[in-house]
Amino acid sequence: MPAITLIEAVNMAMAYEMGADESVVALGEDVGTNGGVFRATDGLQAKFGKERVIDTPLAESMIAGVSIGMAAQGIKPISEIQFMGFIFPAFDQIVCHMARMRHRTRGRITLPMVIRAPFGGGIHAPEHHSESTEALFAHIPGLKVVIPSNPSRAYGLMLAAIRDPDPVIFLEPKRVYRIVKHEVEDTGEDYPIGCCFVDREGTDVTLISWGAMLHETNIAAEKLAAEGISCEVIDVATVSPLDIDTILESVEKTGRAVIVQEAPKAGSLGSEIAAEIAEKGIFNLLAPIGRVSGYDTVMPYYRLEKQYMPTVDRILEEVRKTVEYK
Amino acid sequence: MTTVAKFDIKYTQYIDKDGKPVSKKLPKLATDFKTLKTLYRSMNRIRTLDTKAYALQRTGKMGTYPAALGQEAIGVGFGSALNKEDVLVPYYRGQAAMIEHGVTMEEVLLYWGGDERGSDYQNAREDFPIAVPIATQLLHAAGVAKAMQLKGEKRCVATEIGEGGTSEGDFYEAINVAGIWNLGVVFFINNNQWAISVPSEIQTACETYAQKAIAAGIECVQVDGNDIIAVREASEKAFEKARAGKGPTLIECVSLRLCDHTTADDARRYRPEGELDKGWEEEPILRLRKYLEANKQWSKKDEEKMQAELAAEVQQAVDNYVNTAPQAPEAMFDYLYEELPARTMEQREYAINVAKNKGA
Repeated sequence: MPAITLIEAVNMAMAYEMGADESVVALGEDVGTNGGVFRATDGLQAKFGKERVIDTPLAESMIAGVSIGMAAQGIKPISEIQFMGFIFPAFDQIVCHMARMRHRTRGRITLPMVIRAPFGGGIHAPEHHSESTEALFAHIPGLKVVIPSNPSRAYGLMLAAIRDPDPVIFLEPKRVYRIVKHEVEDTGEDYPIGCCFVDREGTDVTLISWGAMLHETNIAAEKLAAEGISCEVIDVATVSPLDIDTILESVEKTGRAVIVQEAPKAGSLGSEIAAEIAEKGIFNLLAPIGRVSGYDTVMPYYRLEKQYMPTVDRILEEVRKTVEYK
Repeated sequence: MTTVAKFDIKYTQYIDKDGKPVSKKLPKLATDFKTLKTLYRSMNRIRTLDTKAYALQRTGKMGTYPAALGQEAIGVGFGSALNKEDVLVPYYRGQAAMIEHGVTMEEVLLYWGGDERGSDYQNAREDFPIAVPIATQLLHAAGVAKAMQLKGEKRCVATEIGEGGTSEGDFYEAINVAGIWNLGVVFFINNNQWAISVPSEIQTACETYAQKAIAAGIECVQVDGNDIIAVREASEKAFEKARAGKGPTLIECVSLRLCDHTTADDARRYRPEGELDKGWEEEPILRLRKYLEANKQWSKKDEEKMQAELAAEVQQAVDNYVNTAPQAPEAMFDYLYEELPARTMEQREYAINVAKNKGA
């Protein structure tokens, strides 16, 4: 079993499901002949043909809107928005139609479909290619928002996203597309959407993260273990609907919580998780909730992006402060 | 310099404002009086419904409502040309086509009366609900047509938009992709000459809205939207073409909005003097009546009988609407997902309790 990267896992999951279910199609800009600018759809057109791996004109709202029409007719589109920074022309379609079609037709029309988009910083990309705006989507009722952090989860969660009866926004942390390899067997087994994953068990503090930041968080947890601080690490994985129970149970055990996210701090998913912990678990807390976050500023161009991104050192500092709090 | 491409826009009108044929070359429909009488009745049904809906709104029994006064020939004309298995993707002023394709008047009233069940069309299961965000529906129509193409089906899709909507990006994106993929979709522009208060000279520099389709490489025509024979004829042709896999068509139907934009609007603020008088001379229902009368197909007695029947039919729909009990509070959570997430389920229980306590 060869070890594969996160992007290869996304590709493998799409290929598996396209093989298993004829109604699944992939579409987007450059997804066909070119196999996607990150190669997420590499080889799919050769395997499944131009009818099912569709190169679209350059129009994001069209990609989302047409996918809605297709999904209403029993085709299951996996639609690529090339970068999350370009998703905003499609935001109207996503928010006003995709998220609410089931609701507004009382279940008459449902939209099993996936919109994929690479997101996040750290790859020295041009402007508009590095933001983390997952909270905008997590805020919209009717959507599911999934963010895999590693190859195994990318494979299992992508399969689940395609098979889900409701629309899923599948955000791929592109910084870690190729930095880790997992041995993933192509069995077609999916992972549950709407569940956190516990990456590491611990007793002193719960570290909560998702996407690319899991890597820094896990490195920090390893270093802290050497200092005698036992971290439990939770990969949120589905940022909407949020599995708050797993987080609350962990915080009940550890008494401390530190949230690590790349997105700006204010009005973020980290804010929501902190609020839930405060509402439902405040008496389990031995210290204030800590947050390590991107800053509340425009994502800087890449010469400064390292200054923006939360680092292992920032996580270490926040965790130590939280554990030492008296 | 050489000319590399050349275009023109054809305009079709068969019956003028006085109900007189404009040429001797008329389509078969012009002598199919049985169908014409059905269309006449359908247009009157919409007008009766719209009038009633306005009255309901004015008496607090209904939310904001967009009438289609003066534009009945458009929706009835193309809606009646659809087959049952075709799919309609309507816009917010689309009640005429919707009802022609099987949506009930009660459902239309429920929708505008603030009840989601109004979009659960019992007799038009595949038709899209009304799209309120302007022009977004055209992309859904293209997607439905793409799905039909992938499935190898010989059905077609019809969608409608106001002329103001053609300024939106989604309009261009939809006609563009429909052209590239040769989709079986027909785009109808209801050019009623007003986008709320914005007239065409502020909306476009084009001579026609039809010509916008030239940029997408798709066939386009302009018809007199007050002449139901012209609308229906162009629709039938375009639908046949679409079902046969021969691609999309855009049909601009020129009409005039004889009413306010919606019940929330007052067109007296912006409509030039005299426009309405002229509009009432050209409107589609009177025109067809004159044509039918000139052909000895319609009498005052027929008219009275029909109006009485339609009034009763619409009243029945209104009664059904008014007597429909509101949904339970938890209905706002139902159908959000196939399975409601645990956190939202807690809110659902909470909302039920709040409603219960308030009741007690």
